[in-house]
Amino acid sequence: MNWFHPANLGFAVRSKLADIGRGARLFARLMQLVGAAFARPGLVRDQVHFLGNYSLAIIAVSGLFVGFVLGLQGYYTLQRYGSSEALGLLVALSLVRELGPVVTALLFAGRAGTSLTAEIGLMRAGEQLSAMEMMAVDPVRRILAPRFWAGVITMPLLAAVFSAVGVIGGWVVGVLMIGIDPGAFWSQMQGGVDVWKDVGNGVLKSLVFGFTVTFIALLQGFEARPTPEGVSRATTRTVVIASLAVLALDFVLTALMFSI
Amino acid sequence: MQRSKNDVWVGLFVMLGAVALVFLALQSANLLSFNFQKGYRISAQFDNIGGLKPQAAVRSAGVVVGRVESITFDDKTFQARVTLSLDDRYAFPKDSSLKILTSGLLGEQYIGIEAGADEKNLVAGDTVTATQSAVVLENLIGQFLYNKAEDGGKSAGTDTNK
Repeated sequence: MNWFHPANLGFAVRSKLADIGRGARLFARLMQLVGAAFARPGLVRDQVHFLGNYSLAIIAVSGLFVGFVLGLQGYYTLQRYGSSEALGLLVALSLVRELGPVVTALLFAGRAGTSLTAEIGLMRAGEQLSAMEMMAVDPVRRILAPRFWAGVITMPLLAAVFSAVGVIGGWVVGVLMIGIDPGAFWSQMQGGVDVWKDVGNGVLKSLVFGFTVTFIALLQGFEARPTPEGVSRATTRTVVIASLAVLALDFVLTALMFSI
Repeated sequence: MQRSKNDVWVGLFVMLGAVALVFLALQSANLLSFNFQKGYRISAQFDNIGGLKPQAAVRSAGVVVGRVESITFDDKTFQARVTLSLDDRYAFPKDSSLKILTSGLLGEQYIGIEAGADEKNLVAGDTVTATQSAVVLENLIGQFLYNKAEDGGKSAGTDTNK
């Protein structure tokens, strides 16, 4: 029985612990480098352009269709109870509290996270990171920190765009197509959505997801094995781990926000 | 620092995100009408407020004229003390009465003001004592069952006497 040996288990635990330690150290460095990143705003700006502007189309279109579907499905359920005017409230609350931050984070992991991982993984595979170290340029400071903070800035903005476009989508379906009274649609929404409890918590959620997704993407790229296969695996892992982390964190955050 | 054409696009992107946030805050959460409306405060004592919550509407003739600001318990009179903030534009006579009403059968509860006939108006800091408590469904059902049982007992009593 060669495959089951206590040493295997011990080695697995020890290497996992080392992974966690390396990840935590990178995270701490990125947090420290906030000043250094914004001391050269041009680098952050180019990354916001790359992560944000190019993700805008997919985020806005997804938000519009999620809003359409929420309008239709919400109307189907609400009209059974004769309260179809509450459609505006249902669409706005589900978008602002849950769907906006979560779906944006999942799309952001797929659209922007993978490109970050692949870019940094290829830099490592092509020994560009080692070359920078040889020239006494810190790759974490020059390459990773601007990307990290750009992702953190971009994510709440994208989530807000998603929610706003989704509310408009719900309005298009509810008011223009189905014919709910527009006054009731908006006033129910305005009566039930709180600025701090709902909109504020949604922004807070998307900020946390911005940290999570960007950090996971950068870590996977930074720790990727410097081979074509290693980069492809790292890219896959980014999507899987970031999606799971977003969904699990969403539950924890929602539970915390409910209890307050 | 050098300018690049990315500046414009990033600026537009950030502005778009900010506009989306403002849209959410104003259009869906109605930030302005809550905070920038001036009002005067009055308070009222209720025996039972039922399911009334802070921020509930205060209506007169169906029009929203104010909001419930806070609800506390007064352990001297064992009554609920409700603070209302009424819109400056509207004045009500001093002997107006307050009622806790329900929109729809099981909907949200709100306070209705019925105007009185006094010549003086309510001013900030006044306390309204003419109040009517919320209708608590459990009490209503309990009363109904009690009456039923009483009726049943009477008819049963007459039956045995026959």
